[in-house]
Amino acid sequence: MKYESQRVAMPYFIFALVLFAGQIVFGLVLGMQYVVGDFLFPEIPFNVARMVHTNLLIVWLLFGFMGATYYLVPEEAQTELYSPLLAWILFWVFAVAGTLTILGYLFVDYATLADVTMNKLLPTMGREFLEQPTITKIGIALVVVGFLFNIMMTALKGRKTVVNIVLITGLIGLAVLWLFSFYNPSNLTTDKYFWWFVVHLWVEGVWELIMAAILAYVLIKITGVDREVIEKWLYIIIAMALITGIIGTGHHFFWIGPPEYWLWLGSVFSALEPLPFFMMVLFAFTMINRRKRNHPNKAAMLWAMGTAVMAFLGAGVWGFLHTLAPVNYYTHGTQLTAAHGHMAFYGAYVMIVLTIISYAMPIMRGRPYGNSNTAQVVEMWGFWLMTISMVFITLFLTGAGILQIWLQRIPDSGEALSFMATQDNIALFYWARMIAGCFFMAGLVVYFGSFFIKGQASFDEEVRGAAIQDA
Amino acid sequence: MAERFTKSMARNIYLGGSTFFILLFLVLTFDTQSRAMPERDNRDQLTEEVVRGKHVWENNNCVGCHSLMGEGAYFAPELANVFDRRGGADSEVFKAYMNAWMNAMPTNVPGRRQMPQFNLTDQEINDLSSFLEWTSKIDDNGWPPNIEG
Repeated sequence: MKYESQRVAMPYFIFALVLFAGQIVFGLVLGMQYVVGDFLFPEIPFNVARMVHTNLLIVWLLFGFMGATYYLVPEEAQTELYSPLLAWILFWVFAVAGTLTILGYLFVDYATLADVTMNKLLPTMGREFLEQPTITKIGIALVVVGFLFNIMMTALKGRKTVVNIVLITGLIGLAVLWLFSFYNPSNLTTDKYFWWFVVHLWVEGVWELIMAAILAYVLIKITGVDREVIEKWLYIIIAMALITGIIGTGHHFFWIGPPEYWLWLGSVFSALEPLPFFMMVLFAFTMINRRKRNHPNKAAMLWAMGTAVMAFLGAGVWGFLHTLAPVNYYTHGTQLTAAHGHMAFYGAYVMIVLTIISYAMPIMRGRPYGNSNTAQVVEMWGFWLMTISMVFITLFLTGAGILQIWLQRIPDSGEALSFMATQDNIALFYWARMIAGCFFMAGLVVYFGSFFIKGQASFDEEVRGAAIQDA
Repeated sequence: MAERFTKSMARNIYLGGSTFFILLFLVLTFDTQSRAMPERDNRDQLTEEVVRGKHVWENNNCVGCHSLMGEGAYFAPELANVFDRRGGADSEVFKAYMNAWMNAMPTNVPGRRQMPQFNLTDQEINDLSSFLEWTSKIDDNGWPPNIEG
């Protein structure tokens, strides 16, 4: 760590991980409700648990992105953060607002929550992933604006690297697109169309810029490969992401009202959306093969390779599986969508945040070459347990989805099973998914355990190539 | 990548490509919203009642369990075509059905998925029904494949 102010990333990372644990707990509750329908009813109905599960994910990833940004932007710009104090204030504002919102979901009836937060004045609630009370949405917008101000003031006064430029472009995109969460027209089709401007253009647009920039930064640090080479890859990856992903939004417009030309546009462009993720795999593996140093933090290297591969599988392959309109006609809104959602979010965004945490956290804790070998081995156990569990969760949900399509969607009216009858028929897959979910939880516990193992890697463990003194 | 392919070429592909596709997306959005949608979303029938019904839908987080036009959660049945499935495409029948259904929740059958009791007024149930009826009439390229949603 070259600049003292980078350390402000620490609370962001820690809080992100705490929320991650909460997300998984509620994931288990949901998994249980899929097989024992009245589990925790009426105390925690499914919709409440789901809202907590998905909103915790979004909020903890934002904490992770912010932590990553506070850590890497000063180092890239070669200057101290503009205002560590502002970063701390915003941390507490966001943490308190986020916690209150989640508690509101859990302890206040949703209609009452809408009422007391005066949703009537500017109705934005009750839409998937955008369930937050309007006042929380405003809070998120203000926190992000303050954060961007802090980061841009830092970046502008220092060295302007491609990593910083791409990261900040992605974050500005994130902030601008968030404004669409305030637009809730009374025409459902218009509402749905612009809802995707937040959801799709985040995860299949600007978030890919953020992910690619963080990956590039970590690869520069752990492989020692020339920045020029890495930056060239970075530009090509984000070019592919935006060229395919923007019109690729069309794959969401098939069945919600927009005209038929979206069937073609959405199919063709989203079929190309795996490209940037495939390039990220090539990128990570090529850079690591050509590494000029063997960084002793091998866990971080594993996460960097893992995030590229899992993002390609989850977002790329599982996305492609059901993105062509004739296929999507049958798969739309089935468990196949859930399968894709789980692996894509885990592979691309959970794992990229865990990558930067794996790299940066030891440094901030005074272990410039990484954690001790034991701690790294435990962390890697956490990596494999969580990742393999997620593969199984995805496979079981895919099985459930295919069977659901077979029973409920393909037969003609009159012969098709009803939704609920179908659910009963595929319960075995939901049980299997539940078990995989428990293994995921175990993996998370192991992963957390790795943070409590003392000791650090030493400079001597850098076995090959020209070691660079700064970690 | 070959040395001939320089960083500035990569940057230009990024800047040129993304600018082009952002502009194309805006043009397509304009066409979709201003030309195509008025003929597809039966907005002439978008009454006050339907708008109120959308707020009932949102204020009770219905999308947290159900899907609507395939979007939402996958824990409970699709509702964009419930007007056809349960109401036989008849407003009066559907409203009567909705009244009975909403008031009968939860079923409290052990082990079964439960829908909470939302304590909606008759007016709210009526509005919600109108919203779902209006939704069922949007031209959505013939989705879902069958009545089960």
